[in-house]
Amino acid sequence: MSVTPAIDTKAAVRGGKRKKGFVELLFEGRAFFALIAIIVVFSAMSPNYLTVSNFLIMASHVAIFGLLAIGMLLVILNGGIDLSVGSTLGLAGVVAGFLMQGVTIPQIGVILYPSVWVVVVLTCLLGAVVGAVNGVLIAYLRVPAFVATLGVLYVARGIALLMTNGLTYNNLGGRPELGNTGFDWLGFNRLAGVPIGVLVLLVFAVACHILLARTAFGRWLYSSGGNERAAELSGVPVKRVKIAVYVLSGICAAVAGLVLSSQLTSAGPTAGTTYELTAIAAVVIGGAALTGGRGTVIGTMLGAFVIGFLSDGLVIIGVSAYWQTVFTGAVIVTAVLLNSLKYGRR
Amino acid sequence: MSALDGSYQKGEVVLAARNVAKAYGNIHALKGVNFDIHRGQVTTLFGENGAGKSTLMKILSGVVQPTSGEIVLDGEPIVFASSSQARDRGISIIHQELSLAPNMNVRDNIFMGREIMTATGVDFAEEERQTRLLMAELEENIDPLTPVEDLRLGQQQIVEIARALSVNSRILIMDEPTSALSATEVEVLFKVIRDLTGRGVSIVYISHHLEEALQITHHAVVLRDGAMTAYAERKDIDLEWIVRHMVGDNFDLGSPPTGYEKGDVALSIEGITVPDPAGAGYSVVDGLSLSVRAGEIVCIYGLMGAGRTELLEAVAGRLKASAGKVVLKGRDVTGQSIASCIRDGLVLVPEDRQRDGLVQTMTVGRNLSLASIGAFTRRLFTSTSREAGLVGEAIRKVHIKTDGGGAPIGSLSGGNQQKVVIGKMLATDPEVILLDEPSRGIDIGAKAEVFKLLAERARQGLAVVYTTSEVGECLSIAHRILVMRRGRISAEFGPDVTKEQIMAASGEAVHAH
Ligand SMILES: Nc1ncnc2c1ncn2[C@@H]1O[C@H](COP(=O)(O)OP(=O)(O)OP(=O)(O)O)[C@@H](O)[C@H]1O
Ligand SMILES: [Mg+2]
Repeated sequence: MSVTPAIDTKAAVRGGKRKKGFVELLFEGRAFFALIAIIVVFSAMSPNYLTVSNFLIMASHVAIFGLLAIGMLLVILNGGIDLSVGSTLGLAGVVAGFLMQGVTIPQIGVILYPSVWVVVVLTCLLGAVVGAVNGVLIAYLRVPAFVATLGVLYVARGIALLMTNGLTYNNLGGRPELGNTGFDWLGFNRLAGVPIGVLVLLVFAVACHILLARTAFGRWLYSSGGNERAAELSGVPVKRVKIAVYVLSGICAAVAGLVLSSQLTSAGPTAGTTYELTAIAAVVIGGAALTGGRGTVIGTMLGAFVIGFLSDGLVIIGVSAYWQTVFTGAVIVTAVLLNSLKYGRR
Repeated sequence: MSALDGSYQKGEVVLAARNVAKAYGNIHALKGVNFDIHRGQVTTLFGENGAGKSTLMKILSGVVQPTSGEIVLDGEPIVFASSSQARDRGISIIHQELSLAPNMNVRDNIFMGREIMTATGVDFAEEERQTRLLMAELEENIDPLTPVEDLRLGQQQIVEIARALSVNSRILIMDEPTSALSATEVEVLFKVIRDLTGRGVSIVYISHHLEEALQITHHAVVLRDGAMTAYAERKDIDLEWIVRHMVGDNFDLGSPPTGYEKGDVALSIEGITVPDPAGAGYSVVDGLSLSVRAGEIVCIYGLMGAGRTELLEAVAGRLKASAGKVVLKGRDVTGQSIASCIRDGLVLVPEDRQRDGLVQTMTVGRNLSLASIGAFTRRLFTSTSREAGLVGEAIRKVHIKTDGGGAPIGSLSGGNQQKVVIGKMLATDPEVILLDEPSRGIDIGAKAEVFKLLAERARQGLAVVYTTSEVGECLSIAHRILVMRRGRISAEFGPDVTKEQIMAASGEAVHAH
């Protein structure tokens, strides 16, 4: 980070607010307007796009990225990056699948079939542990976040492959006589017509918003991401905050892994490959600064919906998968371009 | 450059602002100002914090554009679209806030964006040679290959000055170049300035060290609330004239508060030692002991590099001391974390507000409340109304000139940013406050206010320790004046000491101030 007085330009941009109120408004809400534009364009191109059922399907796709993006937002606000979330998601799915198949304890020759909620808790715990490893590496051993989480990306993926020998766990439905049914509830059931996965995302988003806006932790996070030295001198426990964000990111990834594998009723070791990049894209499109200290949950959610609705829309109107990749890339670059305009770095 | 060929009229106007106004939203930073820069002479701009000095200089150097009015260069109206355009026309600026890349070395910072190229790439050897020459000219012993982040603040400021000098511009704007310099370094800078003006370079100088500025200037201009309130030539004015036009009344920095009983020892430092961070083997703080009673104000005077910053940082839990004890109200707090020191009532106001004091991404209010989040958190949640109360009180008590707690911190003038850093720590309701150069970049009015505030809090039992490198500030509110030299206390005085005695004890040559 340089001490260049970039503030001047930025403040000048903001200073002109009253004059070009409309442009400013468009700019502030750019992710929102992008989402509206996407919905309008695709609705015009396909009659199937603008239907409740399609929206719910798209939303349950978004739920996966959205959950990852919430965790990623916390990490990025801290000025870090978490490349391991895709692998953590995959590992979480595999571990859940493994537990659902029953755990054999050879010494006493019994097979334990943990009930679904035990599986959920253990999987979340696993996510937290992976996050804690990231956090300790970064906060105490001073490994750069990019490198530490890149390493964990490989390790977690490798463990998932080892556990399954490269195969996929199918039939996660459980059996009534074993008392472990209900895993597909997360992926298939609906409450008042809304898929559970989407509700989980909503709960996480609201909780995270409150965490950021109304708790001391939120303030610690914004300040240590904005200027760690100043935050530390003001009594902010910067190291603990750092570990906490990676732990929370790991938990979000584990939950996303649970939702995904229950949507698919199977858990493969390669699930979630490159999802970390989608999550980063969502956070960036949502207006967060990769340098830390700036960003909101609402922005990130809009970013996740922009990506999800765009790629599903392209599928619906029959654009090839290759073009989808190109479009997504273009959206990300445009978003970063707008961010850099906003934060006035030259 | 043609201006330097000698065929010029000394004193003629080279660059001028005509009726320049600048508004940031509904803040009118400048309201139609006329300002002349004279060839081969120094023009000093005086004014309170937030008067608009930096804004005017940024306009003259193309960093920001005026809302209305024009700039006239050599008699021709001109518009600068950027600072590099202005630089091409021979105008350069030393910004109030440092603009160096901390990870890069001195040489690369000085030539950043203007690298000396040969057919095979950057000519590092030549750049290094020129850097050495600049450092020699500024009489500073800084290796061109040191990363800037390893330099202390004053040395960084020297690098900033060297960078502006290396451009060979004909108009040089210096926005508070000396706020972190020692008296000797200022002396050297003045020699350089005299040399430059002798060669026909025009200088604009801004400083809150009024006496110092009077030594060097030919013209004095006073800005107040965005308007020019007075102009005079040096020969017609004195210190009192400036103060009168700047703030209205005559200000003094106060006197030690009296008429109350000092309490028990609040802070006692016993034989604290801090090894040199670079591992050079000697100690920057060398077995120093000091005790401060509740209600007492202690000033630590010393040259840059005397170990004042390290001492305060070690006491506040920022640096690890290799030996010694810190006792706060009878309780050993040695090695405690910063957070628990703050909780126990021992706080530090750091020297470098950009690096250690402020979070640029947050608003004024959130910066002010950052160290006292606990005070407005109930159960899990922060209370917006309590926070607003705390912020409002801090803004009032420290007299911060701002649009409100929601304003971005970057919109405040330098001095007001400094007040935010002080206000943040006072808001924690401390028992002992350590301030490292608290007056850096604040005007005499604000300085007097800050000192008055500290004196008032001392009366209520706050123990205050502040450092300074300006002798005048020692002789204000302090009950006791300690002089620090090479990590030790070399002398201790009461409030009736003279400036000369203090300077002699610090190892500084006494010059005719
Ligand atoms: N980018 C900005 N956005 C909004 N307001 C600004 C901005 N820059 C400056 N101001 C306002 O303009 C006024 C003048 O500021 P300026 O920095 O010129 O003061 P100054 O005279 O240099 O003060 P100091 O001695 O504290 O450095 C202040 O009220 C400040 O809050
Ligand atoms: Mg200024």
